[in-house]
Amino acid sequence: METVPAPLRCLGECHAAEKFTDDGVETVTSMEQKKVERSIQEVISVYKQMHSFPQPTLLRDQHYQYLKKGLRHLSDSYECLDASRPWLCYWILHSLELLEEPVPSSIASDVCQFLARCQTPTGGFAGGPGQHAHLAPTYAAVNALCIIGTEEAYSVIDREKLLSFLFSVKQPDGSFVMHVGGEVDVRSAYCAASVASLTNIVTPSLFQDTPMWIVSCQNWEGGLGGVPGLEAHGGYTFCGTAAMVILGKEFMLDLKSLLRWVASRQMRFEGGFQGRCNKLVDGCYSFWQAGLLPLLHRALFKEGDSTLSLEKWMFEQQALQEYILLCCQNPVGGLLDKPGKSRDFYHTCYCLSGLSVAQHFGNMDLHHQLIVGQEENRLVCMLTSRPICHSYHPVYNICPEKVARAIQHFHQLPVPMENRGSPASSDHS
Amino acid sequence: MFFRVTNVLLVKGNLDILDRKEWADLEPVPQDDGPNPVVKIAYSDKFTDVYDYFRALLKNDEKSERAFALTAEAIELNAANYTVWHYRRVLLQALGKDLREEMRYITAIIEDQPKNYQVWHHRRMVVEWLNDPSEELEFIAEILSQDAKNYHAWQHRQWVIQEYKLWDHELEYVEQLLEDDVRNNSAWNQRHYVISHTTGYSDPEILAREVQYSLKQIRKAPHNESVWNYLKGILQDRGLSSHPGLLEQILELKETHCSPYLLGFLVDSYEDSLENSSVDQEEVLSKALELCELLALEKDTIRREYWSYVGRSLQAKYSPSSTSSAPGTDRASAPGSVYQDTTCSS
Repeated sequence: METVPAPLRCLGECHAAEKFTDDGVETVTSMEQKKVERSIQEVISVYKQMHSFPQPTLLRDQHYQYLKKGLRHLSDSYECLDASRPWLCYWILHSLELLEEPVPSSIASDVCQFLARCQTPTGGFAGGPGQHAHLAPTYAAVNALCIIGTEEAYSVIDREKLLSFLFSVKQPDGSFVMHVGGEVDVRSAYCAASVASLTNIVTPSLFQDTPMWIVSCQNWEGGLGGVPGLEAHGGYTFCGTAAMVILGKEFMLDLKSLLRWVASRQMRFEGGFQGRCNKLVDGCYSFWQAGLLPLLHRALFKEGDSTLSLEKWMFEQQALQEYILLCCQNPVGGLLDKPGKSRDFYHTCYCLSGLSVAQHFGNMDLHHQLIVGQEENRLVCMLTSRPICHSYHPVYNICPEKVARAIQHFHQLPVPMENRGSPASSDHS
Repeated sequence: MFFRVTNVLLVKGNLDILDRKEWADLEPVPQDDGPNPVVKIAYSDKFTDVYDYFRALLKNDEKSERAFALTAEAIELNAANYTVWHYRRVLLQALGKDLREEMRYITAIIEDQPKNYQVWHHRRMVVEWLNDPSEELEFIAEILSQDAKNYHAWQHRQWVIQEYKLWDHELEYVEQLLEDDVRNNSAWNQRHYVISHTTGYSDPEILAREVQYSLKQIRKAPHNESVWNYLKGILQDRGLSSHPGLLEQILELKETHCSPYLLGFLVDSYEDSLENSSVDQEEVLSKALELCELLALEKDTIRREYWSYVGRSLQAKYSPSSTSSAPGTDRASAPGSVYQDTTCSS
């Protein structure tokens, strides 16, 4: 096919004008931003020189090799993630599913058995065998098991104990601590809502007051902070908003302010997203921030908004894809934050997740694709036109077929009895 | 036989922990990764040793000085291991350890690894047990002097201030930070936090002061998004168009200090006056739409889809000819449409 590739936004003549204006007032913020812009410009210039017909390419094979290896072996530089091993399973498995690379059934079974060893006697999953249960690895483990999607995977989860774990970290004000004796922030509500809804263990009182607590995290900027009072931040905003969507309470948020805030987080020069106002671009926000736009689109649609686009999300999809493809790929595999940073599995997962969001628009029966570069760059779509719970938006950040299968499986099982354990207090042995 | 083992390295030089007499009675517990491990980390020998012994202590629920010392080793190898931190706290209480010394310890750890959740949570616990926040503001300020936007530091700061009612000098501190870097969004957030929790914004004098402060910062650096967001943030509840003379000031600034943020602020002001004031709807709407188009096509093209949407929304809501959504030619259809989510909400 000899079609002329669509022009890249970052090679356009107007692009240079998008650079940061410091008004002659230099501060740490402006100096850091200009430094990043220079390095991005360098990447773009090199790319332009090397390619007369710019066709950004997703380095599928290289990423696949990186992921395949990591699923088995990790170097000692991963000692710092020794309390997050279910995360490593999830990040890698999700990346593979986005690349449409199958996981051999033997390794899938090994993952199941490993995650079973991460499950604790009191319920929930820990960062590794023998550690205490924690909502973050619990989220990751459940997601990983749902990606595997076999009977063996589903049966790993002890639903009764998981429910009692969730009650053990629930706070009177509606929030959740991340682990017994641990800290509160809005990630915990998302982790809890995600696992409870997927495994069908939501009871009437489990999320009592949780929506109101999440709403209290929305601040004057329009985004959400980790706890009430804190600065709006992409990761926490995604967690809070996605939790609200799962709980069916998204309308309680000020969606217009939220929309304005997240739309403003896309960097005009780099094309990627920043996590907070006046901070730097980072590839992982390709998901945490850009992933909010499908959620908001759906929420506004449900509210009766008739002015929503039928083709595009409310962010610059092409610019984000260009940032990821040109600036966030390690040539020997893996993705990263920004040029100059090291690759890791977290960034690989979220850069690819963001790339998928940027490539696929969908609502109801509508589906539009916008693929920057060659067709082979296309990733698995996180949306589907079948009317399945939450399938139009990346609430769980696993492929919708896997969401549907898991929900279908667990909804055949009864919701466990509410047997409330002792409410969590601050540290006790 | 019992002798004090301090927080100093247990594993010294070439001496493997296994050779140490004081651990001889304990059988190390290897990690149970199963026969076919996944995401298997190539731990160093030291890491393996320390954690094999840690697991043994945990299994026996041993509450001793050597256990306490080992937690420091384990933390040094992986400060994100929340299980180790939890155990350390159990030991702090069970052994009646000196919490002042623990404050010194956690201070050093945070200096070294200020972007870790567990270290800050641990510090919070110790401060609570001591019921002594007296070092906190200075310590946090020190961490912020190295990274003025450290999210954990700000979280800890807000907690300390709220818990111990240390509001008195915080606005002063915020102003200093904004002097250093007027683009520090965390500082703007802290400004909002302090004022909301003390005087509030209802007092017209306070509000006027804050508006003036914001306009002053805008004149200095017009392309600073934080200050524009702050200005909108403090006025939006009352209505952007309700503040007398503000619109005129902004229109003046448009001539000499224009930015996409100024234009966005104007859109917001016009929208507010359409909603809340008795103005010439047609004229205001047309100004707002003109700005949306200017932003979408020229001044803020990265947000072209967003500004186009804002324009369409304003048009649908306020244009004289608008009726509630006619069957969509090119737009999404109205509520009560065919598809219903099977929600999983309780």
